Amino acid sequence: MQHIVIGAGPAGVVAVEQLRKLNPESAITLVGDEPEPPYSRMAIPYYLIKQIDEQGTHLRKDADHFDKLGIQIQQQQVTAVDAGAKSVTLSNGTTMPYDNLLIATGARPVTPMIPGVESEGVYPCWTLSDARNIVRLAQSGKAIVLIGAGFIGCIILEALATSGADVTVVEVEDRMVSRMLNDTAGNMLKQWCQERNVNVLTATKVEAIERGSGDRPLRVVCDNGNAIDADLVITATGVRSNSDFLNGSGVNVDQGVLVNEYLQSSVEHVYAAGDVAQGKDFSTGGFNVQAIQPTAVEHGRIAAHNMAKGHQHRHRGSVNMNVLDTLGLITSSFALWMGADGGDSAEVCERERYRYVNLQFKDDVLIGASTLGLTEHVGVLRGLIESKLRLNGWKKKLQQDPTRIMEAYLACTQAVGHNAHVL
Amino acid sequence: MLQALKLEPEKCTGCLQCEMACSYENEGVFNPAKSRIKVFAFHDEGRFAPYTCTQCDQAWCMHACPVEAIVVNAATGAKEVLESVCVGCKVCTIACPFGTVNYSHDSGKVIKCDLCGGDPWCAKACPTGAITYVASDDTGLERMRAWAQQGLPSAASFAAPTEKAVQTYNRAS
Amino acid sequence: MAWANKVLRVNLSDGTVTDEPLNMDWARQYLGQRGLASKYLVEEIDPKCDPLGPENKLIMTTGPLTGTMASTGGRYSVVCKSPLTGAIACSNSGGYIGAELKNAGWDMVIFEGKSPRPVYLYIENDHAELLDAAAIWGKSAWETDKILHRTHQDPQLRIACVGRSAEAGCFYAGVINDLHRAAGRSGVGTVMAAKNLKALACRGTRGVGNIKDPLRFLQATEEGKRVLRENAVTGQGLPQYGTQVLMNVINEAGAMPTRNMRETQFEGAHSISGEAMHEPRKSDGRPNLTANAACFACTIACGRISTVDKEHYTIQNKPQYWGNSGGLEYEAAWALGSDTGVDDLDALTYANFVCNEDGFDPISFGATVAAAMELYDLGLITQAQTDGIEFKFGSAEALTQAAELVAKGEGFGKDLGLGSKRLCEKYGRPELSMTVKGQEFPAYDPRGIQGMGLAYATANRGACHLRGYTVASEILGIPEKTDPLSTEGKPELVKAFQDATAAFDSSGLCLFTSFAWTLDDVAPQLDAACEGEWSAEKLLEVGERVWNLERQFNLTAGLTSKDDTLPKRLLEEGANVGPAQGKVNELGKMLPHYYEVRGWDSDGVPTSETRQRLGLA
Repeated sequence: MQHIVIGAGPAGVVAVEQLRKLNPESAITLVGDEPEPPYSRMAIPYYLIKQIDEQGTHLRKDADHFDKLGIQIQQQQVTAVDAGAKSVTLSNGTTMPYDNLLIATGARPVTPMIPGVESEGVYPCWTLSDARNIVRLAQSGKAIVLIGAGFIGCIILEALATSGADVTVVEVEDRMVSRMLNDTAGNMLKQWCQERNVNVLTATKVEAIERGSGDRPLRVVCDNGNAIDADLVITATGVRSNSDFLNGSGVNVDQGVLVNEYLQSSVEHVYAAGDVAQGKDFSTGGFNVQAIQPTAVEHGRIAAHNMAKGHQHRHRGSVNMNVLDTLGLITSSFALWMGADGGDSAEVCERERYRYVNLQFKDDVLIGASTLGLTEHVGVLRGLIESKLRLNGWKKKLQQDPTRIMEAYLACTQAVGHNAHVL
Repeated sequence: MLQALKLEPEKCTGCLQCEMACSYENEGVFNPAKSRIKVFAFHDEGRFAPYTCTQCDQAWCMHACPVEAIVVNAATGAKEVLESVCVGCKVCTIACPFGTVNYSHDSGKVIKCDLCGGDPWCAKACPTGAITYVASDDTGLERMRAWAQQGLPSAASFAAPTEKAVQTYNRAS
Repeated sequence: MAWANKVLRVNLSDGTVTDEPLNMDWARQYLGQRGLASKYLVEEIDPKCDPLGPENKLIMTTGPLTGTMASTGGRYSVVCKSPLTGAIACSNSGGYIGAELKNAGWDMVIFEGKSPRPVYLYIENDHAELLDAAAIWGKSAWETDKILHRTHQDPQLRIACVGRSAEAGCFYAGVINDLHRAAGRSGVGTVMAAKNLKALACRGTRGVGNIKDPLRFLQATEEGKRVLRENAVTGQGLPQYGTQVLMNVINEAGAMPTRNMRETQFEGAHSISGEAMHEPRKSDGRPNLTANAACFACTIACGRISTVDKEHYTIQNKPQYWGNSGGLEYEAAWALGSDTGVDDLDALTYANFVCNEDGFDPISFGATVAAAMELYDLGLITQAQTDGIEFKFGSAEALTQAAELVAKGEGFGKDLGLGSKRLCEKYGRPELSMTVKGQEFPAYDPRGIQGMGLAYATANRGACHLRGYTVASEILGIPEKTDPLSTEGKPELVKAFQDATAAFDSSGLCLFTSFAWTLDDVAPQLDAACEGEWSAEKLLEVGERVWNLERQFNLTAGLTSKDDTLPKRLLEEGANVGPAQGKVNELGKMLPHYYEVRGWDSDGVPTSETRQRLGLA
């Protein structure tokens, strides 16, 4: 039995480990196209602020980890998949046969359609190699324009701001992190950034990146007529699945590789996991690309199980959730944070102290939440959502005070009694 | 025999000795705000509930960690944060469905209960027996976990946690 | 160290907040909390000032052990000049606010002047600011707590505030913290409201870390907890029955002041006792008591959490009172019950809820109601004054309506808010006021417990059980039994209790530990935590110094030895029943000797030798 896993991110790495556990005898190959050992993109922002070294980004710290598990690592790009022949072609021209194939190739940054985006000094921030460029160029006295205030844009802001550079963020949407935060929270985050000397332009589109005049080599022209001189331009305008190599393979691709509840693609013996997979969503029951770490891990684990043992393990859907640290302000979002038809909500907002909680209910069940400035017990929001716990009277209490999420969980899950020792 | 923390809210009086013991053991300061165990108050009902990580089998936090910063202590079964490895990405704080992994602004890392290496100070400090450290097959413990985990996906077909060397502790006593 | 070494000074007149280092020279002499804040007060205000004027200051203060793992190390005190007595006031409270203040990095907050408009102080660690209190002024303490939690969106925020009674000028309004703990006595809340200061909202996440010898401290506190656990009172009696464990004990001793101290035993004592709080009610089958609760760091947990029967007349259709809240302590049960002749447990519990909700002292309130009932009984007050209420001894309705009126400061509630002394003076019978220095008695009749008569007469804040609790010795035999009906040795006993109590109160610990602990148990904990050397002898000396400092304040304020006395009733009318039947309190036999033991002259003034010995010269 030969398992091939393409992609050495979290989904791929978890999958090969799980495959090894379940199929001790089979041959397992992990194919990755980046030169470094498998690493985590989640860690890149911390590498940028020099909190960790490169090794700190590695998914597995033991250099011999994959050797010890008998997993073969191929540093190659997969150029084609032949589903009929059950083989993959690598960039060095060789082909490898498989019994089961897992596509875990993740995503790559979308290059925005802006004239001049190919200029020198314009970088995405996605790979370790991108990060090294940014570390080299982001210095005190330099001017940086960050195009895109989404998740990636925000998470690297601290690195850019602490470098001492002059930072401007340009976001086409009317608020920051529009996929995680509503107007209220998104604009609180903007205010937070501006108070920390990061210039944030929302509802602003970059029309062109031109050659600069004077000291700055670049000039970012916006649709409001303003132009910003810059030494470095970083694009963070979203990612898309890495699935071009599947063209002609018969594997159906929409936003990502289409999979069923077993993480199997439209083709037998081909599975997909992680950011490349259009997997099942816990809240909607529909299929979408979540592109988050916990979902990647869950996919990798379940896909591997189904590859190794047959289709025993049904994916009940992952909760779409995220946590983000923007210049020290923590935001999080869970599942249907924007609410659902026929549901109701609760919200608290304290602007001056940067605290915000938004809860969404359907009947007396929590179905979504987003928070700003909250770091204590946020995970219980996931628990309340995923367990579909009936809140009964606690829904009303949460509507009065949405910060009492932990109390609601405890009150609804713990067997209660009173003072056995005094009464 | 592994042991686990057993929490019995009906015995809790809300004195917060556990929170002080925890924060002192872990941070060298009496500071409920830095405790890994928290006592929640229910004024109207007149009761209190101590709560912390149950070291659940699913180990959501550990599996969500992108950099292997959460490991199992083979001696205690505790899922421990390796502070030197944690990058502070906070993914575990949203992954833990019990809300028991928290981010610490001061350290830039996450903090969670580590059973104090097998001698949990909260249990030692609790004056009423609301927090005890018992054999993990204690029936009350099973009931407590079953309650806490109702509705969540059934246990673990995760890869078994790989055994790590027992951490060395530099503790106050 | 254990001290945070930082004081927050709030000038309400100017609206400024500034920080300054704690005066460590004074800390070494006065330790903290009651002692140290009294020292600040003595140094900073004119004892003759108007207690409700801007010249008075109000100090919220912690002790060195506040916020630590020492059992009961969560106390704080409010210190100022009292409007009720004109003497120095220090009211001590538990709950969580004291530890929170310490965790935020402050030893004490000194409020001075008077704000031109209602404000509250918000503290988050180093950050402190005065905020507009328009939204909470005119609200009860409970509503204030709720509104501030909502405003700041922080469930961990701890709040101390005044209720409507304080705003209305009730002379015995307290400062309520954590919904049902109170710095209750002597009108400290009245002073706070007079400064247009509605609340302190505090959040502290810094912690208390500068312990001198951490390992020794943990050992010493652990040993202290063991002693508390193994002691019958602190290990069993208080957790199970709270201070209400005393109701039947004191009644049997014939020292249960009843119906404005006309009588010394209450026939309804059992119905309002700690035991009764455990018994299922006839109406709904549930006991009054739901649970016991602890203050911060307390391993005793004497606090009562109670409910009132939903069908009880007091709370029908009032769902805001259907939940659990702070239940009856012994003093409240006595004052609201025995002293008014009311034996309806749920009515007392409701009245107690109202005292907490609007922040007034149930002891002074109950005793004032009792005095009003006697005036009514004598025809000196009629329904014309009482808003039509039949103000008869034993009337639960009169009691609970009175509580509601005092809470809002309306109608007859204004008269009742004067306190017993001013009320009885107003209606021409000052001798019917059961007070010392204007402050109402607590629940121990000094005819049946002789030492308490001396303790009441000489207490620096007026009649008070928490300044020299010789009941411990005379009734409970702690540390050794003395005869409650004898005056023999009582001056020495009272002095010893007073000085030790002052030391407990200055440490950040709860006085209730002293049922089990002596200063020999406290000293190792303080010594391990605090800079310097702290022995039991030194603590006793601190206690004596604090006592004499307070005394000097009072003397300068204009009080004299004539104020060291008891109401005529206790000195001349014999106890009607019980073991002390026929006995009066023999204060005259004890007081002169007490002055001698104290090193005071025959006018009760500390001699220069005494002052020098204590470093007060």
